Amino acid sequence: MADRYIEPVTADLRERWGSFAFTPAWEEKAKAAIARYPDGRQKSAVMALLDYAQRQVGEETNTQGWLPIPVMEYVAAYLDMPVIRVVEVATFYTMYNLVPVGRFHVQVCGTTPCWLRGSDEVMETCKKRGMKKGHTTEDGLWTLTEVECMGNCASAPMVQINDDNYEDLTGERLDVVLDALAAGKSPKAGTQEPGRHTVEPVGGPTTLTAMVDANHDYRGEW
Amino acid sequence: MPTVKVDGQEIEVPAGATVLQACELAGKEIPRFCYHERLSIAGNCRMCLVEVKPGPPKPQASCALPATEGQEIRTDSEMVKKAREGVMEFLLINHPLDCPICDQGGECDLQDQSMAYGRGATRYDENKRAVTEKYMGPLIKTTMTRCIHCTRCVRFSEEIAGVDEIGALYRGENMQITTYLEHAAKHELSANVIDLCPVGALTSRPYAFEARPWELKKTLGIDVMDAMGANIRIDSRGREVLRALPRVNDDVNEEWLSDKSRYAVDGLTRRRLDKVWIRKPKKNGQGKLEAATWDEAFKKIKAVKPGKDIAAVYGDLLDCETMFAAKALLGAMGSTLIEGRQTGMTYDTSNLAAVNFNTTLAEIENADAVLIVGSQIRHEAPLLNVRLRKAVKRGAKVFIVGPEWETTYPATFLGNDLGVLNSLSADVTDAFGKAERPAIIVGGAALGRGALGKALALAKEWNVVREGWNGFNSLHFSASRMGGLMLGLAQKGGMADLVAAKPKVLLALGADEVDFTQFPDALKVFIGHHGDKGAHAADIILPAAAYTEKAGTYVNIEGRVQRSEKAVFAPGDAREDWTILRALADALGVKVGFDSFDQLRAAMFANTPALANEGLADLGGELPAGGGDASGIIEAYPVADFYLTNAICRASPTMQRCSAELLHGEPLAEAAE
Ligand code: SF4
Ligand code: FES
Ligand code: FES
Repeated sequence: MADRYIEPVTADLRERWGSFAFTPAWEEKAKAAIARYPDGRQKSAVMALLDYAQRQVGEETNTQGWLPIPVMEYVAAYLDMPVIRVVEVATFYTMYNLVPVGRFHVQVCGTTPCWLRGSDEVMETCKKRGMKKGHTTEDGLWTLTEVECMGNCASAPMVQINDDNYEDLTGERLDVVLDALAAGKSPKAGTQEPGRHTVEPVGGPTTLTAMVDANHDYRGEW
Repeated sequence: MPTVKVDGQEIEVPAGATVLQACELAGKEIPRFCYHERLSIAGNCRMCLVEVKPGPPKPQASCALPATEGQEIRTDSEMVKKAREGVMEFLLINHPLDCPICDQGGECDLQDQSMAYGRGATRYDENKRAVTEKYMGPLIKTTMTRCIHCTRCVRFSEEIAGVDEIGALYRGENMQITTYLEHAAKHELSANVIDLCPVGALTSRPYAFEARPWELKKTLGIDVMDAMGANIRIDSRGREVLRALPRVNDDVNEEWLSDKSRYAVDGLTRRRLDKVWIRKPKKNGQGKLEAATWDEAFKKIKAVKPGKDIAAVYGDLLDCETMFAAKALLGAMGSTLIEGRQTGMTYDTSNLAAVNFNTTLAEIENADAVLIVGSQIRHEAPLLNVRLRKAVKRGAKVFIVGPEWETTYPATFLGNDLGVLNSLSADVTDAFGKAERPAIIVGGAALGRGALGKALALAKEWNVVREGWNGFNSLHFSASRMGGLMLGLAQKGGMADLVAAKPKVLLALGADEVDFTQFPDALKVFIGHHGDKGAHAADIILPAAAYTEKAGTYVNIEGRVQRSEKAVFAPGDAREDWTILRALADALGVKVGFDSFDQLRAAMFANTPALANEGLADLGGELPAGGGDASGIIEAYPVADFYLTNAICRASPTMQRCSAELLHGEPLAEAAE
C-alpha cells in the first residue's frame, strides 16, 4: 500500500465536491450510526460515515466511490471533529479509496494461499483486459489493486469486486464474472466451483462424516 | 502507595504511578522515545521495555504499565538488555544515517540511546524507507525520513496546544506525520514540537545548520517577550545569541515557550543601535542624525539644564535595575515623573494586589470558573492559555468579555461591551455562584478602559478570595510592568501627567510605543537597543543593551521575582543601561548613590525589599473594594500583531516572516538552502 496517496486538492476538486452533502437516504443512515453512541461521542461514528460518504460519491460518479478531501471535511464538520483526525482514519484503512476508482474495484488477493492456488493466473487475466495495478482503465470500468489475505483462503484464489467476493477462481471463471459485470449483470458471488456452496470440503466431507445423514449436535440446527 | 522492588531495591511509589516512574524514583534510567511526562501515554516506541514479575514471561513496556503492590521489576537483566538492543535495531532499520548532516546531532535522543543501549552494528541491508518532505511553516524544518513515529508532536498539538493540526496518516511502516494538507502550523506554541521530537525529524528552521550544541555557551535567562517571565536558556556563540530554549520551571512555563520568545532572538543582531547619535537642528521638520561621542551627547543634555524638569518613560522589555537607576537619577534631580504605560493607559496602581495575577500560573489550572475581561490570552500570554486549557479540561467554565478570538477550549463570549459586567446573565452568575475556585482575569483592554473597579466589585460579590484561593487577576503584557509598579514607577494620570509637566528632558528608556509628538519641546533622549519608533523620534540616542546582554531582575505577572544572566556583550559602543544612567548622573552633576552593579542592586533592594528575594513577592494588602459600573466597547485587543509586538521582534526576519505568512497569509518565499 506504499503507493497510497491523497488526491491533491485543486480548485477543480473543491468546485466539484465542495458542496457535497448527504442525500436524505444516506443522512438517515448517518443519523442512525451516530445514535449508536452516547451523546457527545458522535465522533465514534466516523468510520460508518466515511463509508456512507464514499458510497454516495460512488452513486454520484457511477463508480465504487472514493473520498475527496472536501468530502472528508464535510464528514469532519458533520461530526464536529478536526479534519486531520478524519484524514487519519481514512488513510489508515485501505477500504477507503483516496483517489478516484472505476466502476468496479478489482482487488486480487496475492497472499501465499491464494498465490499457491493460482493468483498469478487471476492477475494475468485482469492484466489481459488492460488493467494495471493501482490504475483505472481508460473506459473507467476497472481499477486493479493487489491486496493481502481477505480471509477466504479455503476457497482460494479469490478477488473482491466492490462488495462481493468471487472465489475458487481460474482465469476462465474470472473472465465469466468480469464479462457479466461489464454487461451490467450480477454474477453469483462466492465460490465459482460448480457444486460447491461455500467453503465446505470439495468432494464431500472428510471429517464429522456421521453428521451428513443425522444431526448429532446438541444444537437443533447445525 | 504500592511498594515495588526495582532491581532488588524496595521502594514505595505514589498510587497511580507507572512502572517507568517507579524505576525513575529508584534512580534507574529507562530509555524512552514516545513517553513524555506532560503528554498522554502512547506506548508505541517500545524502547522502555523492562522485565516485570508477576506477569507474562516477556519484556513489558514500562511507560504504560501501572505499578502495583509487590511487583518485581528488573531493568538490568539480560532479557532487558536484549530487548532494548532489539527495539533499537528495529528503529534504526528505517532511520537514515544522517547524523553528520542532521541538526539534532549532539542533542538527539536516538543518537544517545543507540550509543547507550544499541548493539553497535546493523544487520539490515535492505532498502530503507523514504518519506516525502512535509511543509510545517516558517519555524519548523522537517526531514520526515528520520521520524520514528513516536507521535509526541501529534499529542502535543492536540493536548497542550489544543490545535488539532498535526496527524499521523497511513499506517505501519508507511505512517507519515504531517499537518493538515501541509498547512503551516498556526499557533503560538508550534515550535515546541521541535524540542519534543526525539530525533531530527522536526528541527528549527531559522537555526538550521547554524551551530552544533557543544559549541554553544549556555546562559540562564528570563524571557521578556511577554509578561510571563518564561525561564529560558540563551545559547550563544561568540557575540551572537543563536537560540533561546525553554528551561523547565513548573511554576512558570512548565517546559514550553512561545514561538516569539524562541525566535525573536535573530532580531538581536539587526537594526541595533551601536553608536551615539545626535540629531542636527533643522529649521522645519526633523534634522538628520549624526554619529557622535558619549561626551558630546552628555554635554548636550547638560546644556538644557533640566533641573527637576526631567521625566522618563520606560519600555516594555526593561529589567528592574535599569528602572531603578532611572528612578534614582530622576530622584537626585528632584523629579518623580516616571511612567511605563506608554500608550497612555491608566488604572489605579495604589494597591499592587489589585494589579497582580494573584492566583499564580500554576494554580489557575485548578480554577473551575473563569471570567476573562478584555484579553486575547493566546496573544498576550500564550503560556497562560495552556494553563487555562488544562483548567477547562478539568471542567472549568470560561466566559470572555471582548471581541471574539479563536480559543483552544470551549468558551462563551459575552460580547464587546464592558457594560455586560453590570448585569451578567444567569449562566455566568450561576457558574460563579457554584464555583469553588472562581477566577477573574482582567486584561489590558479592560484595564485601560477603567473596568478594574467593576472587576474588583465582582470579585467581592463572588467572594473570589477565600481560604487557600485568590481568584483575582490582572493580566499585563509588558515584562517590565510588575517590576515597574513594585518600584512605584507610575503616575496617577499615566502619560498625561508627564505631558502636562512639560519636561525639558524626556528620557525614553527603550520606549517605542510612546506618541512622542506629545512632547514637542522636550529634548528626547532615547536609551535603548533597537533603531525603532523611539529612536526615530529621538534627539539624542544612547545605545544600550538588550535583555540578553545584561544581568537583570524581572518580575512576572504573578509577582515572581526572577533573575536573568548576561549571555553576550552588547554590540559596538552600546553599554549596559544602568552605566549610561550612572554616567548621565555625573554629567548632570548629581549623585545616585551607586558606582557598581552590586551597589545598584543593594540600593534597589533597600528601596524595594520585595525584589531582594527570588520567587513570589508578597505584595501584601487586601484587594481594594473597587466599585462603579463598567462601560465602553472593546473594539480591539492591544496586541495587533502577535509576532511584531516590540522592537526586537520587528527587527527579526523570522518574526516578520511569521507575521506575513501566518497572520497575513502571504505565501512563503522558499529560501534557497
Ligand atoms: S516527527 Fe518527531 S515527534 Fe513527531 S512522530 Fe516523528 S519522531 Fe515523533
Ligand atoms: S490468502 Fe487470499 S484470501 Fe487468504
Ligand atoms: S516509552 Fe514506553 S513505549 Fe515508548
